[in-house]
Amino acid sequence: MPAVPGLLKGMWVTLRTMLRRPVTVNYPLEKEVLQPRARGVIALDVGNCTVCMLCARECPDWCIYIEGHKEEQPPAKPGGRVRTRATLDRFAIDYALCMYCGICVEVCPFDALYWSPAHEYSEQSISEMLHEKERLGEWLATVPEPPPLET
Amino acid sequence: MIGFDPRVAMHHADTQVSVELQTQDMTLNLGPQHPSTHGVLRLVARVSGERVESVEPVIGYMHRGYEKLAEVRTYPQITALVNRIDWVSGFANEIAFVTAAERLMGLEVPERAQYIRLILTEMTRISSHLLFLSSFPLELGAATPLMFALRDRERILDLIEGVTGGRFHPNFNRLGGVKPAAGGGSTQKGVSQDLPRGFLEETRRAVTHVYRVCDEIDTLITGNEIFHERTRGIGIIPAEKALEYGVSGPNLRASGVRFDLRKVEDYLPYHRFEWQVPAGTVGDCFDRYLVRMEELRQSASIIEQAVDSIPAGPLQAKVPRVIKVPPGEVYVRAENPKGEMGYHLISGGGRIPYRLKIRSASFSNLSILPWLLRDALVPDIIAILGSLDFVLGDVDR
Amino acid sequence: MTLGIALFEGFWPLLGIKLLAVVMVMLGFALVIIYAELKVMAHMQARIGPYFAGGRWGWAQPLADALKFLQKEDLVPREADALVFRLAPAVSLMATVAVFVVIPFSPSLIARDLDLGVFYALAIASVGTIGVLMAGWASANKYSLMGGLRAAAQLIAYELPLVLAVAAVVVQAGTMSMMGIVEAQGTSALYTIPGTGIALPFIMVGQVVAFVVFMIAALAELSRIPFDLPIAESELVFGYLTEYSGIRFTMFFLAEYAGMFALSAIAATLFLGGWYFPGLDPAIFGPFVLMGKVSLLVFVMIWVRVTWPRMRADQLQSIAWRWLVPIALANLLVTATFKVVF
Repeated sequence: MPAVPGLLKGMWVTLRTMLRRPVTVNYPLEKEVLQPRARGVIALDVGNCTVCMLCARECPDWCIYIEGHKEEQPPAKPGGRVRTRATLDRFAIDYALCMYCGICVEVCPFDALYWSPAHEYSEQSISEMLHEKERLGEWLATVPEPPPLET
Repeated sequence: MIGFDPRVAMHHADTQVSVELQTQDMTLNLGPQHPSTHGVLRLVARVSGERVESVEPVIGYMHRGYEKLAEVRTYPQITALVNRIDWVSGFANEIAFVTAAERLMGLEVPERAQYIRLILTEMTRISSHLLFLSSFPLELGAATPLMFALRDRERILDLIEGVTGGRFHPNFNRLGGVKPAAGGGSTQKGVSQDLPRGFLEETRRAVTHVYRVCDEIDTLITGNEIFHERTRGIGIIPAEKALEYGVSGPNLRASGVRFDLRKVEDYLPYHRFEWQVPAGTVGDCFDRYLVRMEELRQSASIIEQAVDSIPAGPLQAKVPRVIKVPPGEVYVRAENPKGEMGYHLISGGGRIPYRLKIRSASFSNLSILPWLLRDALVPDIIAILGSLDFVLGDVDR
Repeated sequence: MTLGIALFEGFWPLLGIKLLAVVMVMLGFALVIIYAELKVMAHMQARIGPYFAGGRWGWAQPLADALKFLQKEDLVPREADALVFRLAPAVSLMATVAVFVVIPFSPSLIARDLDLGVFYALAIASVGTIGVLMAGWASANKYSLMGGLRAAAQLIAYELPLVLAVAAVVVQAGTMSMMGIVEAQGTSALYTIPGTGIALPFIMVGQVVAFVVFMIAALAELSRIPFDLPIAESELVFGYLTEYSGIRFTMFFLAEYAGMFALSAIAATLFLGGWYFPGLDPAIFGPFVLMGKVSLLVFVMIWVRVTWPRMRADQLQSIAWRWLVPIALANLLVTATFKVVF
């Protein structure tokens, strides 16, 4: 018979763990607090978007759908040329395709996209994973302050 | 009466078993869906009784076309995609790729960025080896190290998330350093993605937990006689065979070849720290397990030293907004937790590489399976597969 | 009134009630043991275990599982031998439940005090082996067949140490009746500490080795870790149970846990003194004392399951034949010598 002690020492470890508190976070009664930089969902600040299409272009999955049109604006000075301004019609992110890589947030030159740790938005059907700009605007409320840095 | 269906005929032939008790020369098909083949690996084994006569691995069930994808994606996009090759060690996959592009561009990575990269890579190594420590005993029947190792792996993943935002797919490397700011707009540009406050202290605490869980699993498993019986002398890979088949990483070191790319190559400042390369003697499953356990401890020690001596500085070298890599060809290899991961990058100038060839560690590690399993027993197949620690995403890319 | 008396005195109604009682009690214990295993295993792994089924303690989890299995589709593979396939779980379950008949809960509480109590208990427990073989064969599935053969080899190999360990106890007690063995420990003058009146159970008067051998063999008979190769989940899918689903799977499952109770009860009776505890009146406290001892042994079985990995088939056989059988034989020899000499 092989020597017994190694087997018994292991038994002591399990007994000791049994007498301590379990480490489970009992979801959904207790929720885990995520780090502020955690990539949960992307929020859209519609006022900042200029329909430059950079995010839709750089997305590796092409999951951002943007539609816009040009509106005419009165000239800056009377007699000047007519200005055009791009207006956003539709901005949708398909979270069923999104890779959560963050490239869109990084390349946006106008601070229109923000990361938020909110992650509880699973749905029963895939078509509901397409968030239109109203819903994306709602996520703005969950965007946290950036964490203070290590000095 | 339905028409002749060859599948029904094969099934009938298979169930000859009910007519004659045939246990000689049976074809046993493990997978692709199997609890312990680490993914969708299919092993077609010809078995006689409990002894394996020959084994043929069938791979490709997880092929996602990375090399083709790399021909139509820009460098930042490829960086985001590449950490899904070996999804257990996300950060480590990006390192070699960005190093390759940086070598072609002639970029100098700032010190602080190098240290952050090193800390995150070693944390990823700890995370990958903790996953090994949880799944290998589980396949042999011990259910507890699973929970202990994963419990402490969560601390490490939370740390990685605190810095990068992602646990498994950090996407934190950029050409020339690490991600400097949260976004491109005027406000977000000022939000530095440097280490958050409390990171260094939390890391030190997490490292002590890692040491503790290593000791716990040591007591539970390493000293356990039943574990010895299951892993000692099983799946021995002699050193020459390992080198012949291109086995790398902890598997190679367990066979006695004390070779670690972190000491040989200079893609990260490992030479500034005091650490050893563990190596085994025999090359059996037990040695592979011990080597990974010891590597865990060494990684934890490297992190402790790095955290104590991290310099201040910028997070990224100066790069233009739109990244164009000058034409050239380079091969960079790095020490992935699973083994040697290499990227052969051919750039024709421009935003998109001409060709990216990925030399993945698990593919070469798996190539030794037919030789290794030729005279094994059926339960040993599981022990050997577990000890080689491969991931199918790495094998198939 | 006369009908009522007739109901309780007629042979067949009485038999029916006894059968019902045996089955209900054994299955009830099996459910309790399943719950204990889930909770104990969870806490040993730093988790909570069942929580939501039954409000905070999760006591209704095994019940919920059983009900879930009951409403599953009854699947019999086309190539399977239908009759054997259907009978196999029943055979296994019957074998372990029937052990209950001879377990003495107190000097007056035993279903039937057979003169060959021990012999009957071991014999009927090993009928479960046939159930396993039937399951593996009739599933018409290579995995199941391999699992069934491995299981059969393991169970047959460990029968011998089990019986030899028990034989030593029988020699020491001088009787095969379960009640007699408990009385031999509880009320015999030979094993009482002089002056205190405390009687010692057999484990303390020289049967430690037999106890260890019995517990190891019991773990193997039940196919528990470290001997659970037949149902090694991560190896060959589920072994001989692969094709079983729904109520049939539940019966195998219950058979394993009822078997844990049965073999622990036999061990508690033979080695730990059964319903006897110094100072406590057996008529009132007897069942509780026995349950306490059985719980202790079941806890150890669960503890071992959580901690150790599993053994390979050839290592398992080598332990049985090269170590346990010679040790048990030596123990028997020593016991017999002591019995004759002293």
